[in-house]
Amino acid sequence: MNDLLLNIDESFVDWARAQFALTAIYHWLFVPLTLGLAVIMGICETRWYQTRDTFWRDTAMFWQRLFGINFAMGVATGIILEFEFGTNWSNYSWFVGDIFGAPLAIEGIVAFFMESTFVAVMYFGWKKVSPGFHLASTWLTGLGATISAWWILVANAWMQCPVGCEFNPDTMRNEMTSFLDVALSPFAVGKFCHTVISSWIIGAVFVAAVSCWYLWKKREERLAKESIKIAAWVGLFASLGAGATGHVAGQQVAQSQPMKLAAMEALYNGGTDQGLTAVALISPFSQPDYINEPSAPLKIEMPYFLSMMATNDFHGFVPGINDILNGYTTPEGKTEPSVDEKISRGRQAINALSAYRKAKKEGADEATLNDQLTILNKNMQYFGYGFMKDKHQAVPFIPVNFWAFRIMVGLGCIFILFFAVLLAVSYQYPKQLFAKYDIAALPAWHYIIAIILVPLAYIASESGWIVAELGRQPWTIQDMLPTWVGVSNIDSTSVAVTFFLFLFLFTLMLAVEINILLKQIKKGPERH
Amino acid sequence: MNLLRKIYYLYYDGFRHMKLGRTLWAIILIKLFIIFAILKVFFFPNYIKEHAEKGQEADFVAEQVLSN
Repeated sequence: MNDLLLNIDESFVDWARAQFALTAIYHWLFVPLTLGLAVIMGICETRWYQTRDTFWRDTAMFWQRLFGINFAMGVATGIILEFEFGTNWSNYSWFVGDIFGAPLAIEGIVAFFMESTFVAVMYFGWKKVSPGFHLASTWLTGLGATISAWWILVANAWMQCPVGCEFNPDTMRNEMTSFLDVALSPFAVGKFCHTVISSWIIGAVFVAAVSCWYLWKKREERLAKESIKIAAWVGLFASLGAGATGHVAGQQVAQSQPMKLAAMEALYNGGTDQGLTAVALISPFSQPDYINEPSAPLKIEMPYFLSMMATNDFHGFVPGINDILNGYTTPEGKTEPSVDEKISRGRQAINALSAYRKAKKEGADEATLNDQLTILNKNMQYFGYGFMKDKHQAVPFIPVNFWAFRIMVGLGCIFILFFAVLLAVSYQYPKQLFAKYDIAALPAWHYIIAIILVPLAYIASESGWIVAELGRQPWTIQDMLPTWVGVSNIDSTSVAVTFFLFLFLFTLMLAVEINILLKQIKKGPERH
Repeated sequence: MNLLRKIYYLYYDGFRHMKLGRTLWAIILIKLFIIFAILKVFFFPNYIKEHAEKGQEADFVAEQVLSN
């Protein structure tokens, strides 16, 4: 597997990473559709509540049925990630235990109580509770799933930008000093908004595709036409919103993870007035020679846009990979040390931690302990760099970040266009342009395009996660714990076996889900 | 009491009249069995609990981390 896209070799750490990536990617097939369909079925039921037209109730029930299939297939797939933490990533789990405990416990309780209560009312309560209570339950089911996502994203955001914590050298754990700082960190808020709103795109694309299939097959015309209108509004709002929240997320990355931004852009040497790369000749299979090449070959860029994206200023300073490795000073006078210096200070922190723990065991006096703690605290912000043998270990694998970012943004632009056209065609507005197009009588290839967009929406969403997670390599916790230190001391064979076991199980489960979904789509809505 | 009865019958009637739900619940239960009774037990032991003495976990992690 050497050098195949992710630079995976046979070591335990890379097998553990591959297994985690596989599980997370599989888990993420279900979550965005749950979040997206929740909005659309909520809107359909709201229309029923407003009009009492049984068509809307049947439409809501149809989308709720597909929501239920996806929900059932996704249940508990995330738990496997927690198992992997405990087995493969034990050092990392110990390091973060106190921080992750609260958000994950809240997530579990909220998910269990909110979702199990309101999902039951949504499915079993149509004739048993009042329409208002049922409507509230439908929206609260979606809200419960969204709140669950919040806590998971809080945990993820903390790994990308650790805040509200203090490292305790006695317990070897990061201990929470401010729950609010962790729960409401700007990184978590930005990540939540971008992730949830982009999930609505998948729900909208899915609904548009199923509806287009019905129109293609000349059946369920009213359901398809009305659902397309809702999907087009939700999808256009979400795809524009994903762009706006993505801009905010990009600025946070520029602040907290400049190396990730440099890798996403294949920006070897930065500076002021930086352009945003539209495309460049970056081989997807090997790390480019960022040391010797002045910039990515055959680069086509939008002038000044990277500076604007990163700093809100067309002339802003954006550091490149070599700037970050060698250290730099911004035009405002802010100096960032070189990675070599960070490695040196990280080693001082590690040595101080070792000495502190040894001295404490030997019953050393307070002054000796305090001396070591002072050195540790002074250098703690670079603790993780102390584990590096070479500064180039701080550079993530550029090609995957570069291309995954472009796939995500490129498809995002296609979705904006798609939903804008879908909205215009479904309302036949403006009349001068669209009056002649009846959405129920278009040539088949129009509907096929909508169906093809479903896998593309998933590719865009997964690409976003690939940028987020591979871009922060080598860190499991930013600047604190690199992957090779976070893993357990286990033989790679066991994790390789479970990797292929998961590959088989996940493929089987996905085939089962798609099969059930397709059968229910073919069956169509039930009339009550 | 009346409310409890209503809640009971909401679930009781709901489960009794399930159609597609039966298949989905069967899949969920099989999946939970695989996850908790097979994967967790045989493939995903807690590494620290297995290798560190109780109360000595911090020392164990320190040894693992600082030896890198």
